[in-house]
Amino acid sequence: MGRHTVLEAIAVADCAIEIEGDDLDDLFATAAGAVAELMVNPITVPLAVERRVTLAAPALDLLLFDWLSELIYLKDSEQLVFPQARVRVRPDSPCRLQACLSGGVIDRERTELRADPKAVTLHQLTVEPLARGWRARVVIDI
Amino acid sequence: MNTLPVGDCVWEIPPSEKPGMLVPARIYASEALLSRMDAGVFEQVTNVACLPGIVRAALCMPDGHWGYGFPIGGVAAFRADDGVISPGGIGFDINCGMRLLRTSLTEPEVRPKLRELVDSLFAAVPSGVGATGLVHLSDAEFREVMCQGARWCVKHGYGWADDLDATEGGGCLPGADPERVSQRAVARGRDQLGTLGSGNHYLEIQVVPPGGIHDARVARACGIEAPGQIMIMLHCGSRGFGHQIGTDYLRKFDQSMSAYGIRVRDRELACAPFRSEEGQAYFAAMNAAANTAFANRQVITHRVREVMGQIFGRDPRELGLSVVYDVCHNTAKLERHVIAGESIELVVHRKGATRSFGPGAADLPAAYASIGQPVIIGGSMETGSALLVGTAHAMEETFGSTAHGAGRAMSRAQAKRLVRGDALMRALEERGILVRAASRSGVAEEAALAYKDLDEVVDVVDRLDIARKVASLRPIGNIKG
Repeated sequence: MGRHTVLEAIAVADCAIEIEGDDLDDLFATAAGAVAELMVNPITVPLAVERRVTLAAPALDLLLFDWLSELIYLKDSEQLVFPQARVRVRPDSPCRLQACLSGGVIDRERTELRADPKAVTLHQLTVEPLARGWRARVVIDI
Repeated sequence: MNTLPVGDCVWEIPPSEKPGMLVPARIYASEALLSRMDAGVFEQVTNVACLPGIVRAALCMPDGHWGYGFPIGGVAAFRADDGVISPGGIGFDINCGMRLLRTSLTEPEVRPKLRELVDSLFAAVPSGVGATGLVHLSDAEFREVMCQGARWCVKHGYGWADDLDATEGGGCLPGADPERVSQRAVARGRDQLGTLGSGNHYLEIQVVPPGGIHDARVARACGIEAPGQIMIMLHCGSRGFGHQIGTDYLRKFDQSMSAYGIRVRDRELACAPFRSEEGQAYFAAMNAAANTAFANRQVITHRVREVMGQIFGRDPRELGLSVVYDVCHNTAKLERHVIAGESIELVVHRKGATRSFGPGAADLPAAYASIGQPVIIGGSMETGSALLVGTAHAMEETFGSTAHGAGRAMSRAQAKRLVRGDALMRALEERGILVRAASRSGVAEEAALAYKDLDEVVDVVDRLDIARKVASLRPIGNIKG
């Protein structure tokens, strides 16, 4: 089961997040949950919409960049936020991601709003294996 | 890092401090402000000093803090002919900026209607996550906005012709090309015209406090007559449209810069030669985003006029609701500056730094030609903001640039641990400041304790003569994302 921590000493005006997952699938799913939690209180979003996402990138860190950028894009283009994600990551060349997102439209009467992230940055972006599992670090521009 | 004093409030890190530095890094700050700057400032400003084509020095303004790529408060100029352009030197929020409106209203006239005014502005100007604007555009219309900026708004009834004179670049930067913008950027931004966003963006009702006028002649030229006068300030940018353009080109440059033999110390500094096809494509897209930001602030101005006209039962012109100035603080602009006695074309990056052109500089409207360009420095919703003007010395010292805000001194997470948004809103109301916000946690993140002392930042830029104090402004009402 993945977990994430906000790193307070990095990029003080933005949001630096460290994410750990049991495997790459868990890491990317946990990262998606962390971004949703940054935007809204996830329990105030009905899980009424499903969306499939397919991505490919030349490296795992860029795949994470594209993945989280996609979630921010959906927030602005369709006002959708996804607290839950089932993710399959293949670290081939290129790296590939297939995901099924569950969430809903941001309802300004019911959804508890938090920050409105602008973008994923490449500043200190890392994805690395641990003895058990994987760890990533990402800075989100707020 | 070895940071040496080289003048009053000027500190320099020599090129010997880091392999690859082409010029020194220069930080403008009092000792107190320097001591509150985080480690990221020193690391990032020296990384910028390594970028190809940089001239004179990589600069950091007194409100500098850890950003991504450039520090916030970062300024750097690159030779147009053999230098680079970097999205990380501009920020994702392209043409994030400030707009200040004057009114002929006084605090005693506004106080009795303040709650109604703040509530009505909060309803009229959408803010926060997922907000969409009230102007709905076709793809073709949005392309016109990209090319025409605030001019499109005035042409379509969202403003007055004289608003454009009081906007940097007339509210429209040249060279915007919609063909250089992705469909994803259009999909993200098309419905957001007239929205505030969140984070440190705001719409604020302010008053000139007693003793708040520091230069009566220049203040009068800016439409500020006396303490007690009500002003309106906006802080926002190009919204999802600009954010997506930044994302698209950062990703492209990260992959393409090795073909130009460019290596950077932070991937967020990914860049392209300015004259390359990639560099020109980004510049054209960036100008399109800058123009939508001008349009965004223009539509919000229109909403403010509608609301205030309705609440005070008078035509907005009778209320004196004219624009003092609109100035960018996240851009790269092609400018000529004198380097070693020679006028050179430079790509001046300002990331969280305000243009501060002095008297007689190009691009100033007639009203400000003799006094310098108005500079708007935004502070927190508790402490207030400041109006200054640009100086001749800024042209020589900082490529015509100065600070843009108080500068963050504490992380968002730490601020939220120390402050509760609803408690802060109640405390501010007791002090006569009404806050309406889409997000309570967002209010906590923007508490004054998370920022450096605005007055000290303003005093330092005035002391350095990279902008001159005109007036202080204190909030009485604030709308946040």
